Amino acid sequence: MPTIYIDNKPFDVKAGKNLLEACLSLGIDLPYFCWHPAMGSVGACRQCAIKVFKDKEDTRGRLVMSCMEGVKDGMLISVNDETAKTFRSQVVAWLMTNHPHDCPVCDEGGCCHLQDMTVMTGHNYRHYHFNKRTYLNQYLGPLVNHEMNRCIQCYRCVRFYHDYAGGKDLNVFAAHNHVYFGREKDGILESPFSGNLVEVCPTGVFTDKTLKEHYTRKWDLTNGPSVCQHCSLGCNTIAGERYGQLRTIVNRYNHEVNGYFLCDKGRFGYEFVNSENRITQPLIRNQPIEAVGHDTVLQYMRTLVTGNALIGIGSPRASLESNYALMELVGKENFYQGIPDDLVYVEQKIVDILQSGCIHTPSLNEIQQADAVLVLGEDIWNTAPVMALAVRQSVMKTAATHTTEQLPIPTWHDAAIKELVQEDKGFLANVTLLPSPLDEISAVTTKAAPDDIARLGFAIAHLLNPSLPEVPHAEEELLASAATISKALQAAKHPVIITGTSCWNNALIRAAFDIAAALDMNEKKAGLAFVMQDSNSMGLAMTRASSFDRAVADIQNTTNNVTAIILENDLYRCIPAARADAFFSRCKHIVVLDALHNRTTEKAHVLIPAATFAEADGTFVNNEARAQRSSQVFMPANGEIRESFKWLYDIKAMLNTAANGHEKHPEDLLVALETRFPQFAGVSRVAPRHDFRIHGARIPREPHRYSGRTAMLANLTVSEPKPLQDDDSSLSYTMEGYRGLPPSPLIPFFWAPGWNSGQSVTRYQEEAGGALKGGDPGIRLFEQTTAPPVFTKDIPDAFKSRAGKWMLLPQYHIFGSGELSVYTKGIASQSPAPYVSLSRRDAEQAQLKNGDTVSVKTDGKTYAFPLAINESLPDGIMLVPAGLTGMEALTWGAWVHLSTVIV
Amino acid sequence: MERPLTKNIHPDRPPLNLKEYEMTGGYAAVRKVCGGMSPAALQKLVQDSNLKGRGGAGFNTGIKWSLIPMGDQAPHPKYLIANADEMEPGTFKDRLLLEGNPHQLIEGMILAAYAIQAEISYVFLRWAYHKAADLLRKSIQEAYDAGYLGRDILGSGFHLDMYLHTGVGRYICGEETALLNALEGKRAMPRAKPPFPQISGLFGKPTIVNNVETLCCVPHIVNNGADWFKGLSYSEDGGTKLYGVSGKVKRPGTWELPMGVTMRELIEEHAGGMKNGFGLKGVLPGGASTDFLTTQHLDIKMDYKSVTAAGSRLGTGTMIVMDNGTCPVGFVHNLQHFFAQESCGWCTPCREGLPWVEKILLSLEKGEGTPEDIELLKMHTQLLGPGNTFCALAPGAMEPLQSALKYFHEDFEKHIEYKKCPYD
Repeated sequence: MPTIYIDNKPFDVKAGKNLLEACLSLGIDLPYFCWHPAMGSVGACRQCAIKVFKDKEDTRGRLVMSCMEGVKDGMLISVNDETAKTFRSQVVAWLMTNHPHDCPVCDEGGCCHLQDMTVMTGHNYRHYHFNKRTYLNQYLGPLVNHEMNRCIQCYRCVRFYHDYAGGKDLNVFAAHNHVYFGREKDGILESPFSGNLVEVCPTGVFTDKTLKEHYTRKWDLTNGPSVCQHCSLGCNTIAGERYGQLRTIVNRYNHEVNGYFLCDKGRFGYEFVNSENRITQPLIRNQPIEAVGHDTVLQYMRTLVTGNALIGIGSPRASLESNYALMELVGKENFYQGIPDDLVYVEQKIVDILQSGCIHTPSLNEIQQADAVLVLGEDIWNTAPVMALAVRQSVMKTAATHTTEQLPIPTWHDAAIKELVQEDKGFLANVTLLPSPLDEISAVTTKAAPDDIARLGFAIAHLLNPSLPEVPHAEEELLASAATISKALQAAKHPVIITGTSCWNNALIRAAFDIAAALDMNEKKAGLAFVMQDSNSMGLAMTRASSFDRAVADIQNTTNNVTAIILENDLYRCIPAARADAFFSRCKHIVVLDALHNRTTEKAHVLIPAATFAEADGTFVNNEARAQRSSQVFMPANGEIRESFKWLYDIKAMLNTAANGHEKHPEDLLVALETRFPQFAGVSRVAPRHDFRIHGARIPREPHRYSGRTAMLANLTVSEPKPLQDDDSSLSYTMEGYRGLPPSPLIPFFWAPGWNSGQSVTRYQEEAGGALKGGDPGIRLFEQTTAPPVFTKDIPDAFKSRAGKWMLLPQYHIFGSGELSVYTKGIASQSPAPYVSLSRRDAEQAQLKNGDTVSVKTDGKTYAFPLAINESLPDGIMLVPAGLTGMEALTWGAWVHLSTVIV
Repeated sequence: MERPLTKNIHPDRPPLNLKEYEMTGGYAAVRKVCGGMSPAALQKLVQDSNLKGRGGAGFNTGIKWSLIPMGDQAPHPKYLIANADEMEPGTFKDRLLLEGNPHQLIEGMILAAYAIQAEISYVFLRWAYHKAADLLRKSIQEAYDAGYLGRDILGSGFHLDMYLHTGVGRYICGEETALLNALEGKRAMPRAKPPFPQISGLFGKPTIVNNVETLCCVPHIVNNGADWFKGLSYSEDGGTKLYGVSGKVKRPGTWELPMGVTMRELIEEHAGGMKNGFGLKGVLPGGASTDFLTTQHLDIKMDYKSVTAAGSRLGTGTMIVMDNGTCPVGFVHNLQHFFAQESCGWCTPCREGLPWVEKILLSLEKGEGTPEDIELLKMHTQLLGPGNTFCALAPGAMEPLQSALKYFHEDFEKHIEYKKCPYD
C-alpha cells in the first residue's frame, strides 16, 4: 500500500488510484466536476488542482489535476497550497461568469454539486461584469428538463449518455464558450437511461420533469431507502415525500446492484403512488354504503372466513412479508402463486438451479466485471434495463483491459483508454428473438425462435463439454454460431450467461445452465444470471407454492364455499381472461387487497386498501436472490391504507384469539418465514431490527434542514403535531436523531457536511466508487456450494412454422409493459399502442400489409390488433406486446390462428 | 549561402513536377534509404543533424522518432502525419513549401515514415490552402505512379500509403493531438498526455506528427549528412529556417536563412526596414502565441535558445512587427479574440478565461476600463499558464498579453486615464 504525504501528513492509500480518488476516499474535501467514479477521469474541468512536489526541497511544486495523476509511494502533495486554492477558486469564478445564479428558481438548488463546490472553494465575489452568454433550451421529452444556461461544460452528460449508456441522440455541439449539450433538434431523449442525466449533471441543466410537477427541495423531503418495483433487478432507490405525496425517486448507491444508475422506468415510474386511482377505503360491495372502516371490514371478514374454504393468491409484486402473512392466514397448502402454470414451471427450474448451489449467480456488479457475456433469449434491454447497462460496461471494460494489459495505462484514465480502445469491444453474444440496441456492441447477434435459441445453447454446452448430448439435426449456421460463442466463453476468465423468463421457455433455462455448468467444470468462474418478471418474482417462486392454474383446479374439486383472498395482483394482467373469469365464478367470496383499482379489484366483494411500496416496509428478493429491505417513506394520511401484511395479520389475529400480537413487525414475519422455509435462511438479517438504535437515537428520515414543520399544518392547528411514530423500523419521522452514517440498508438519503448533492455518496463508501461502509445492503439467499450439476438430456426440436398457425410470443417494452409505471404520464405517452407483429414473409403469404387489422384467436377469445410487420422476426411467430394497459393476458407460447378483419 | 528548402521554388514558375523534381536530385534520398539504410540509422542521422521541430516546440526530431515502438512487437499500423494545418496568425512559411515544392514534402514524409516504419501517412492540410491541396493531390498520385508510394517501394519491402486530409479551419487542429482526434472524425479537442502519440496516437496506434518544414529538411539531411546540415546554421540548432516578417515593413515576406540570423538583419535587410513614417514598437517573433520583444532585443539571434533567453519563443519563426502607430491594447485584443474563438471548449480556464480577457481588452479599447481590469488581466496571465490548462492554447494566448502588459504598460494605463484609446 503506497504512502503519500498530503500537506506533510502521511496517508496509506490504495495503489492504482488517482490522487482525487485517494483524497476523497480519505474524506478530504477536494472539489471536482468532470470526474465521475463510474466514468473515470478526463481532466476537463481543472477543478481538482493540487500541488505536487518533487521532494522535500521543492518549495514551489507543480500544479496538477489530481484526477489525472496516479498515486505513487512517497509522493508529496498539497491540497491546502495557496496557489492551488487560488486556482480552484478561480475555476469556479470562471464557471460563474456564465452561470445564471438562478439557484432560488433552480430545481437543483439545495442538492447542487456546483453550489457545494462553489462554497468549498471559497469563491464568493464576482469580478466579471459583462453580459453572460445564453442558450436556447430544448424540449427533451416528458421526463427530463433542459436549461442550458446553467451549464458549466463538464461534459459529464455526454460522457454518460453517449459513452457509458450508448445513447446516440445527445451530443456536444459547437466550440469555445458556446459549447452546447443537447440534441440535434428538439425531441424525446431516446435512451431509457436519460434520467441519470439528472444526477450526473452537477448543476441544473438536466432536471427531473416529473418532480417539477410537484416540486420540493431535497431538504424538505421525507426520505426512505426503497427498492425499485418495476422489474426483478431490485435497484436501490431513495424515495422522497412531502405533504403525503411521493415527489421523487433518486438512485441509492449499492455497489453490488445498481451502482450509480437507474433506468427511466425505475426513476420516473413512481406516480402510481399519487394516483387518483388509489383505493383509499375498505369497500364491502353490494350494500347501500360500500365504503366502510377498518373495524367493520374486519368484522365482515370474520363472516367470510369462518366456515368457508380459504385460499390465498399471492403476488410477485407484493413483499415477502405480505405474501407470507397471506400464507399464514390461509395455510401453506391453500396459498398459490398468482401466476400461470407455465411461468411457475420456468421459475421453479430457476429456483432449483440456484438452490442446488452448483452455479454462481452474479450481481450486476459482477456482470460488469465479466469478460464475456452470452445473453440467451432474454430481451434485457426491455425486461432488465440496468442489467443491459451492466452488460454494456462489461463489453467496454473488457476491451479496455485488453489494451491496458499491453500498455500500462491506469484504469481510471478514461480519456487515454478510449483513445487506445477505439472501436474494440469485449465479447457479447446477444442471442434473442428480435434485434436490440445491445446488438451494436455484440460480436454475435443471432436472432431465432426461443426453441432454436435453446438449441444453440445446448450446442454451445456440447462444445464446452463433449459428454453432453449433441443437438440433433443441427443446422450449419447454428453450429458455426455455437463454435464462435463457445470459443469466446472458453477463452474468458469470468464468463456470464444471462437468460430469463420472458420467453416463457423452460429449455432456455436448462440450456443456459448447461453452458454455465460446463464452463465451471472447465475451471472457469462462470456466472449464470436470470431475469424474472416482477420485483418479488424470485421471493414468491422460492416459496414453491402452486400456480394459479392449480388453484383453479383445486377449487373445482372442493364442495365448500370458497373465499379467495387475492394479494396485490391484477390477475387479468397475467392470466388469460377466460381462466380468470372461471376462477372468480367459482369463488363465493372474493377479497382483494391492492393499492390501485384494476380489473381484479372490480371483482372484489371486499376490497381492502393496501399500501404501496412507499407507504410500506417490505422485503423483496431480486433476480440474484438478494433479499432487500424497502422502507416506508411516509405514512399515508389516510389511516385506512395499510401494508397488506398488517391487514392480513389483523384478520388472522381476529380469527385466532391465541395470536398475541408478537408478529407485528416485518422482521417477526421474516423470522417466522425462515423458520418455516429454510431456503429463506438469513432473510431476517436484511435490515436492522425495528428497535435498533445508535446511541439511543433513531435514524431520521428528514434532513436536518427540513423546513416548515411548525408551519406546514398551521391552517389546521397552531401547535406542532407530535411526530408520527414508526414502530416497524428504526427510521424516524423527524429531523432529530443520529446524524452519523446509518447502517447501509437504512440510508434514507445521502448527505455530508459540505456535500448537499448526491455526490456525498463518496462519504458513505469504503473508497470512492467502492462498496458502502459496512457492506452493501441485501442478503444473498443462495450461496454457491460444490454440488455437482445435473445436466439436461432432452433438447427441443428445431422451431418449425405451422400452416395457418403462429406461435404467440410476448414483446416487452420498457415503457408500456408493466402495471404501475404507466401511471406516470411521461411513461404512458411513450408506451406503444397494441399491435401484432408477423414476419414479412408470413404477412405477405397471408396477404396482409402494415396497419391491417388482424384478429387473433386465442384463449377462447378473438382480439383485433393492427399489424406491424417486423423484418427481423422469424417466420411462424406472432408477437404481441406484453402487459400494456388495457390488454388482456394471453397464453404465451400457444399456437394461434389469425384472420383479417375487413374494416 | 545555401537554401536547400527553397532553392527550387521560384515565384514566377510553377512548382516542379515529379520529373523535374527528380532532375534536381529529388527522391535520391528515398533511393538511398531504400537501398539499404536501416530505420535506426536514419533516426540516428536526423538526431545527429540537430533538426528541431519547426512547428514551434523546437524538440529534436530524431529523438521524437526514437520514442516510437520499433521491431516485431510494435503495434501496427503506425502512422506518420504531416502537420500542414498552418493557422498560427502571421505564419505563412509552410504555405511556401507546400505550394512551391510539394514533392519535397512527400519525399520527407516517405523518409520519416521509413524511419519509424509507418505504413500509413496523412497530410493534414489547412482548409484554405486550396492551391496546395490541388498540387498535393497531383503530386501524391505522381509519387504512387513512380513507385515512391504504395507497396514495396523501390523493391525495399517498405510499404507506405499517403492520403491528403483537409481540415475545416480550426486553429486547435494544429495541436498534434487535436489533429489526431480530427483525423479520427471526432471533435478537435486535444488529448491528455501521457500517453504521447508515439505510443497511442491515431486510432490508438503509434504515430508521429511533424511540421511541414521539419519534414522538408529530411531529404537534404539524408543527401548531405548531419554535419552539412549543422553547418548551415549560425547557431547550435541545425539547418536553415524559413523566417517571415509581416506588419508595416517595406517588404513583408518569407526567406530561407541560416538558423540564428538576428532579428535586426531580418527586419532591416530582408524586410527592408519599417515603412516610412512608422517606427518599430514590438515584435511577436514566432507567431501570435509568442511573447512580445521590443527594440532592445533586435540583436538577438533567431534560434530556439536565444529567443527563449530573451523571454519569448522562436515559435514558427515568422514574426509579426507591431509599429508605433498601432495600439497595443487593440492589437492584443484582436489576438485574444482569435484565441477565444479558437478555444475548443474542453477545459474551463481556456473556455471561460479567454472570452473574459477579450471582453476586458475590448472595454479598455472603448475607454470603459478600470485599474482593476489590469489586475484581472495579470491574474489571467498567471492562472492560464502551462499545466493549468489542458493544452498549450491558452498559455500561448497569454504570451503576447503578459509581455504587452510588461512592455506597453503605459498604453494600458492611458486607456483608463483618457477613457478612450489614445491611438484613435
